Amino acid sequence: MEEVDVEPTTTPIPGFDSNQKHLGFVWGPGDILVYETIYKASGGSAGGCPFVHEVRKDEDIYSPILRKLFNESHHIFVGLQRIREDLPSKNKKPQFVSISKNYRSVIRACMEELQQVAVSTQDAALATQYGNQVSILLAVELIWNLCEVLFIDAAPAGSLVLHLLDWVRLHKADVDEKAREVLASESPAEHQAYWDVVISYVLQGRMDEARQVLVKQATLQPAARAMFKLLDNLLMKMPIFNPGETQTLTEFDVKWRHWREEVDRCLQDQSFASNPHLEDICKILVGDEDVLLEHKELLSTWYHFLVTRLLFSHPTVKPTELHYYAQSSMHMFLDTRSVPEPLDSILLAAFEFDIHQVIKDCSIALNNWWFVGHLTDLLDHCKLLQSHNLHFGSNLREFLLLEYASGLFTHHSLWQLAVDYFDHCPEFGRVYLELQIERVPLDTERKALKVIRICEQRQMTEQVRSICKIMAKKALRNNRLGSALSWSIRAKDAAFATLISERFLQDYCAKGTFSDLDLIDNLGPAMLLSDRLTFLGKYREFHRLYGEKRFSDAAKLLLSLMTAKIAPRSFWMTLLTDALPLLEQKEVIFSADQTHELMFCLEELTSEKSVPNPDRPMQDEDIETTKIELLRLALARNLAMAIVKEGTVEV
Amino acid sequence: MMEGINAKYVSQKISKTRWRPVSSSSLQQPDIFATGSWDNEDNKISIWSIGENGISGLDDEFEGDPQLVCEHKHNGDVLDLQFLDQDRIVTASSTGAVIIFRHHHNSQTLSVSQLWERAHHYPCDNAPCTGIVCNSPEIVTVGEDGRIILFRADQEGVLRTIENADSSTIHDVTFLRTTEILTVNSIGQLKIWDFRQQGNEPSQILSLTGDRVPLHCVDRHPNQQHIVATGGQDGMLCIWDVRQGNMPFSLMEAHSAEMWEVHFHPSNPDHLFSCSEDGSLLHWETSSNSDTPSFLQGGRNTSIVSRSAIAPAGGNQSLISSWLTGDSSKGHLETTHMLPSQTLSVNSLDVLGQCLVCGTDGEAIYVNRRVPI
Repeated sequence: MEEVDVEPTTTPIPGFDSNQKHLGFVWGPGDILVYETIYKASGGSAGGCPFVHEVRKDEDIYSPILRKLFNESHHIFVGLQRIREDLPSKNKKPQFVSISKNYRSVIRACMEELQQVAVSTQDAALATQYGNQVSILLAVELIWNLCEVLFIDAAPAGSLVLHLLDWVRLHKADVDEKAREVLASESPAEHQAYWDVVISYVLQGRMDEARQVLVKQATLQPAARAMFKLLDNLLMKMPIFNPGETQTLTEFDVKWRHWREEVDRCLQDQSFASNPHLEDICKILVGDEDVLLEHKELLSTWYHFLVTRLLFSHPTVKPTELHYYAQSSMHMFLDTRSVPEPLDSILLAAFEFDIHQVIKDCSIALNNWWFVGHLTDLLDHCKLLQSHNLHFGSNLREFLLLEYASGLFTHHSLWQLAVDYFDHCPEFGRVYLELQIERVPLDTERKALKVIRICEQRQMTEQVRSICKIMAKKALRNNRLGSALSWSIRAKDAAFATLISERFLQDYCAKGTFSDLDLIDNLGPAMLLSDRLTFLGKYREFHRLYGEKRFSDAAKLLLSLMTAKIAPRSFWMTLLTDALPLLEQKEVIFSADQTHELMFCLEELTSEKSVPNPDRPMQDEDIETTKIELLRLALARNLAMAIVKEGTVEV
Repeated sequence: MMEGINAKYVSQKISKTRWRPVSSSSLQQPDIFATGSWDNEDNKISIWSIGENGISGLDDEFEGDPQLVCEHKHNGDVLDLQFLDQDRIVTASSTGAVIIFRHHHNSQTLSVSQLWERAHHYPCDNAPCTGIVCNSPEIVTVGEDGRIILFRADQEGVLRTIENADSSTIHDVTFLRTTEILTVNSIGQLKIWDFRQQGNEPSQILSLTGDRVPLHCVDRHPNQQHIVATGGQDGMLCIWDVRQGNMPFSLMEAHSAEMWEVHFHPSNPDHLFSCSEDGSLLHWETSSNSDTPSFLQGGRNTSIVSRSAIAPAGGNQSLISSWLTGDSSKGHLETTHMLPSQTLSVNSLDVLGQCLVCGTDGEAIYVNRRVPI
């Protein structure tokens, strides 16, 4: 087993004294249930706390603002999966970059909203919580942006520094705020933050803005005009690589070196000796690292220092050379005593183009899989991940997505998003989904319908059946026979349909009438789902025919129910009893043949009952025998009348 | 991407959206809508406003981005939501309760004004209330327990209950006339109930021959009381003429999954809207003159052939709605997808004037203020 990289965090459970009692626990899909056992650390057992505690790892999915992140990124994720595979990767790069930007804008939107709420809330604890979430999102967006620059956009030498500059500028927005403040003041050149603003602009490579602000100082000191003009000229002439132009990298390099020599000459000539600020700026332009380090507070981070260093010393740096400069920058900038924070090591890993290390470190540092899952998926689409077989059999992308989606499934509402994630995990996604979808609680029919639709769309017939059965049983328990039948039809569950029909028939035997006629009368083709159901429908039809006085049709139907073996044996007695009024009619309804068949059925029935059942009370036996006697009598009489009628010849 | 339609993510799955009614005299477009959530541990009903152009919110927000005005906790999923009048909203809850909320305009808050706790129930369990229709002050509700209940706002008790009206779940209800309602259930039947009659039997039952597909939604034509549209589990749109026989007038394949809501446009009934579990929202437009060019802006167009032609039962041709022209050569039906891309299930929609609002399981609300009608 691998060593643990960081110390695991301890979460105290309120009310438990770990010195006294042993703790028991069980894993859930996203949380742990913890309880106090009866065992003491030493000695015998004793009664304890009756509570069970649920410990959740991931609080974020329950935050209402962060929920938007999950929903919007789900939308982007699904769109990404649908990009066609057959296009060559060259054409897909701009698409991937734009998807990456989409993800980032979603993160930013969330961050801004959290920031607003953090500022406006009265509750101090809540404000700290929001503040923490904002800083995590800031870090996440920083890392994502860097990954986009280095891995997805994969800028070559020349453009690389420009992209990195953009990256730094985006994450150091306070310069503009300060500048606004300075420029809005009465005398900008005398504002205490004036030179900070100018130098910050230069450090970020924003020469035009620096020049604009410098002009304010220049107008104040007409005597030093020449000096300011010189610096302004240098700033203006600084070559910036333009990837669109036909200028090659070498040409740019030559131009840049010329310019740098010029700046160096100015320094050697002591042109700026009288104004230490201007001299500082000049030294920065030459890439003097000591001067850069003097402005640590303005740079505030080692990666800003790195990019500025690259801008002024190695603007044509190649991606493969980045990690040398990154490491040295970090060492130069940070105190040797301070331990690098997780963010720093992640960024360093990114500069070293070690994608796996980035993902690994992020997985440890963050408490849910959202970031690593989506980023890895995007990188995988860019074909940047080598197939890295983990011990568990699936690849890295699938592993992370499965973890993320499983976490989502524990949420009472976000489980629907997880379904799409499972869909796009080719190896294990289906199995995970099959296991999880059956455990979604079904409080209303509408929710059950949605879950069933999800299963049907993926041909998960077992799950469909089991869910329909649950709903049908619930309906049956509440005596909603129509609903129960509708669920059985959906599942094509013949066995359950039989059960429901039995209920109807039992009700009929008990009450003498049918309940829910609107259902039975309108079964339609659903009747064919189960034999019992067919019988029910036909039996009801018999009653209807009888009610409409269509006796011969009724009689034929009744007979066919028995002879075609549609009726269950247990019901034959009832059917025969129903036949009695037909037999007793003045008019002969049953023909001789039909009567013979009826008698045959009766005999079949009675021969089985020849053994008296000792459990049945004597009265029942009596009723039974009386019924049979009556039937035999009626049948015999009918037979006689039928023979006479059929034998009569009309004269 | 359709012009003028953007998603607003609201951190709750939306089960129902409804525009607040605007007075018929004013020509204003609606600006307030209510939503209900479902499947949350704490469900809510919320009131949103899409302000006048340019006045709403921060500079960088989209024109007409819905702003939350107020919200209130709701016990159970909101399975239906209707505006009773300008100030009051009735909701149907999955706990079986029927609740009236009052929106206080001056303080911009919501409060519970009336509550019928277990209006729909089983002997032991809760039975969700699934549908509401209002004709102020009367409210009719239906539920999974197969009951139809008639309430009167401001009266505490129940006015009338039709017990065991249905042996299966009743999914939706609509008024045909002031004293007649029509319900649809999960065994594919439409039942008409007349409140003037005592007793618990429907005055008429209609259903499709063939498979009994559960029906989920129903809406009546705004001007012609005998025409209703239904949608069900198989995503088919059916138009019925309840005066005639036992068959729908036309059947159209609309969606690939359950159709959750269908609405005729209240002032321009040649337009119909439907939304479905498959994530699409369709705008149907019929015109009796086949020369009319299509003027729809962008989106995808599909010509749907209407099946099952039954000739209209004589009578004055001009009174017969263009929905009932079974012969597709005489009529012209266009459908447009109204959402920019595939989303999770669209659970609800409402259309009033030129404004359309819908809510999805992706926890997003879409508002379109320029519906081409």
